[in-house]
Amino acid sequence: MPRHEVVSPIPGVFYRRPDPDSPPFAEDGASVTDDSPVGLVEVMKSFHQIPAGASGTVVEFLVGDEDEVDAGQPVAVVETA
Amino acid sequence: MRRLLVANRGEIAVRIIRAARDLGISTVAVASKADADALHTRLADTSVEIGPSPASKSYLVADALLAAAKETGADAIHPGYGFLSERAAFADAVAGAGLTFVGPAGSVIERMGDKVAAREVARAAGVPTVPGTPGGVSGVDAAVEAARETGYPVMLKAAAGGGGRGIRVVHDEDGLRSAFGQASTEAQKAFGDGTMYLERFVERARHVEVQVLGDGTDAVHLFERECSLQRRRQKVVEEAVSPGISQQVRDAMTTAAVQLCREVGYTSAGTVEFLVDDDSGAFFFIEMNTRIQVEHPTTELVTGIDLVAEQLRIAAGSRLRFTQEQIERRGHAIEYRVCAEDPARDFLPQPGPVGRVTLPSGPWVRCDTWLEPDGTVPPYYDSLMAKVVVWGADREEALARSRRALDEFSVSGIATTAGLLRELTDEPWVASADFHTSTLEQWLTSRKETS
Repeated sequence: MPRHEVVSPIPGVFYRRPDPDSPPFAEDGASVTDDSPVGLVEVMKSFHQIPAGASGTVVEFLVGDEDEVDAGQPVAVVETA
Repeated sequence: MRRLLVANRGEIAVRIIRAARDLGISTVAVASKADADALHTRLADTSVEIGPSPASKSYLVADALLAAAKETGADAIHPGYGFLSERAAFADAVAGAGLTFVGPAGSVIERMGDKVAAREVARAAGVPTVPGTPGGVSGVDAAVEAARETGYPVMLKAAAGGGGRGIRVVHDEDGLRSAFGQASTEAQKAFGDGTMYLERFVERARHVEVQVLGDGTDAVHLFERECSLQRRRQKVVEEAVSPGISQQVRDAMTTAAVQLCREVGYTSAGTVEFLVDDDSGAFFFIEMNTRIQVEHPTTELVTGIDLVAEQLRIAAGSRLRFTQEQIERRGHAIEYRVCAEDPARDFLPQPGPVGRVTLPSGPWVRCDTWLEPDGTVPPYYDSLMAKVVVWGADREEALARSRRALDEFSVSGIATTAGLLRELTDEPWVASADFHTSTLEQWLTSRKETS
């Protein structure tokens, strides 16, 4: 099955939840569509949602909650059907 | 006060260190890992690394700051703006450690930081607040009743909402009756609380704020600043004094701000924020900021008073050095916030290395910054790179000088908002000061559509 890497376009801190009291945008194994968010990157006090960029199943997160990411770094893998 | 620890970073840390050095006070900088080689650490007499790069692990850790003060023998702490500057608990902890907090007492920070308490202070001082219900209304009939007092248009706000969420604007009783139920249900779903309250909605609102100084006994104002040019509730351009109010409004507003300070026995520099109805000239108290503000240099340029130095003098126990009559204003000053953001890509933040840096200077141009050639814009903090502040004998001269100064500003390696700010200075509605708090966003939207 083709694997699609979800990439952060900006450097910053990666969050899996929209805010600390909410559930994650996407759990492992969740179905996502092109524009469903899989995470949030905080840079310079502004927050940017990272869309899946493909439809399929989230098979793996490559970074943890609150990990620092670089621009262009893959953060998750989506298996496209 | 012999040794001051500056509990901040960036341009304001640089600014405070300079004021302290002007007064012959020794300075201690603090730095996160990302700021280990930042300008403020090199301008201070000594510097202490206080933790990892994220602010939550460094600049926001009160214990780390107090430990740094103890280690370096500092006897005072200046919080700057943002970070811990308006946390009453921090002011109390500083005082509890036997040090001087450069700002008002924790109890005053707490009182003025609480929206309901601050409105009560304003009312006691005879300062007008935005007409509205003090708390929630029990239902649609009560809302209609309250709106008769408030006057239309009225804002329907979710008591549990915040940051602009859960707000509806209605223009008459029919609109209120039809919107109330749905708004309350939505609030119940979104915030778990369907309580709604009402506030008068001002269609064309200006944001005008009065700079004050108090010594605990007496208080004076240093005129006002116009801060209506905002994007996403963030100020972009500020000027002193406001080009949008009459002398009559100025007199009433500055008098009200001083009354408010006397009411709480205010100490240090502070800002009393007002919303001005551009159609009627009526003004209403919104909130008080109990700290130095980003846009303070505009006031300094028109009054010739160093606000940070006055904060330090007052914190060291001095009485106010000026009577109201001795504070005069001269000319006009405008500040532009140059940010590391790309206006062409919806203001995407631009962290990363920079190369050549050319900062504007010359006659009546001041540039407050932390930026240096071959430096780096760290991804951890806000995007403010530099404040370009210009003075002119009048507003027209200040605007002309703004064009020159912003043309001089250049940074290679990343996109900045300098070009956009330069574009603004040519807009006829800027020249005529015909704007309110939504105007800049409207302009940005129409600019995007035409490009």
